[in-house]
Parts: sequence; structure tokens; C-alpha cells
Amino acid sequence: MIAGTDLEPQSYVVTRGDLVRYAGASGDFNPIHWSDRVATSVGLPGVIAHGMYTMALAARAVDAWAGGPGRVVELGAKFTKPVVVPDDDEGVGIEVTGTVKSVEDGLATIGLEVTSGGAKVLGAARAVVRV
Amino acid sequence: MAIDTDLVGRAFPPTEPYRVTDVKLREFAAATGAPYDGTAPATFPIVLAFEAMNAFLEAEQIDLFRIVHGEQRFSYERPLMAGDQLVATLTVDSVRSIGGADIIGTSSVLTDDSGAVVCTTKATLVHRGADA
Repeated sequence: MIAGTDLEPQSYVVTRGDLVRYAGASGDFNPIHWSDRVATSVGLPGVIAHGMYTMALAARAVDAWAGGPGRVVELGAKFTKPVVVPDDDEGVGIEVTGTVKSVEDGLATIGLEVTSGGAKVLGAARAVVRV
Repeated sequence: MAIDTDLVGRAFPPTEPYRVTDVKLREFAAATGAPYDGTAPATFPIVLAFEAMNAFLEAEQIDLFRIVHGEQRFSYERPLMAGDQLVATLTVDSVRSIGGADIIGTSSVLTDDSGAVVCTTKATLVHRGADA
């Protein structure tokens, strides 16, 4: 990895089924991720993706760029905009782009931009990987 | 219900020891579409951090459905592996109120059975009170 490089954008799709599967795998059964009734009762527009699901997709992109899992030493993001997942077959798209900010002492810092429908959904998203 | 600022600095008891299994790592990787090669996906520590958070919410009688995740950070000493036996210890770092919501900063440190830190996780939880 070379500082200043733009990494190949990665695209993913999230459906309600993915959220159910992620709930089971992660143990996060918060009903705002599967019940429109509960989600709207707390002021959300509808069922939203687990922030951690979106972050997991960002981590997946980082693994793809870094050449495989197990190389991440730091990962972080703010969940700035909820990703509303419609109850249909198409789901919602997530786009992850990355730029290598710096490479030092065998560690590359990657600035991440994670968007859905053109809107930024993660803030200050960043990963540090061993290279 | 506003969250008590007296919580700041309080450490909650460690979670029950959690044995990381190959089956669970494979399931988690598959749920996020990530390739699996025996090391845990980078966000897997959330499974333990979430357990610690749930215990904290339960102890403080905070409803999970009123919580939205504001921020999450991980720093890893090493990747988690199948066979690791880990506990998570949660500390409340900060509590502040903004526009009817409580912003709770927490740290959960994951340690293995030798006591070594494997991963430090920091979560900001946004609590929307019933009157928010």
C-alpha cells in the first residue's frame, strides 16, 4: 500500500434477511433492526441496519484491500446516518471506498468513506492494517 | 429516564468466560459475507462487547430498544482465534445529555484466560428517553 492511493471501491447489498442473519450471528436482537413498529416508535424512519453490520462491510472491504482477514489493528467509525433497509427483495446498497492516508512502520492507515444512496452513513471511519 | 452521571468511572463485573469457537466465527463471517480463514472477522469482538453492554443496560434498567449505536472503535493486540477464552469488562467513561438524549461512552476490554488484553472496544451509546 502506498500513501495517497485510492483503493478499489467495494459495493454490497443489505436486505432484511441479512439483518436477521446478522442478529443471530452477533447476538444483537434489538428490535429496531427487525420491527418497523418498534423502530418508528423511537422516531426512526423504519427498520435500520445494525451500525455494526455496516461497519462489518467496511471491515470486509479493508480485508479485501489488505489481502485477507487478521491484519486490522485498529478500526473505528461514527454512525452518522441510519441505513434504512426496506422490506423488499432489492434491499439497499452500501458503497465503501478507501484512501491510503499514510504508511509507517509496517502499518497503513486507511480513510474510509461509506455511503448508501450517495449519502455518507459512517463518519470519521478509519482502519489501521499491518502491511 | 435520564441516565445517572454517577455511573461515570464505574466498572461492571466481567462477563462469563466466552469460548470462541470455529463454528461461531464461521457463522459470523458468513453473516457479513466475509471470507473466513480461521481468524475472527475484525468486528467479531462486538459479540462480547454487546454481551457486556446488555449486562450493563440490564443492571441500570435501560431498555435496549431505546439505544442507538453512536460510535464504535476497536484496537486489537492480536486477532481473536477459535479456542480463545475471553471475558469482557465494561467501564462507563462518560455520560452527557443532548436534546433529550443521553450519550453514554463505554469501554469494554477483552482479556484472555492468561489475563492478557486481546482487544479494547469503545462504544458510544445514544439513549433516547421515553420523553425525548
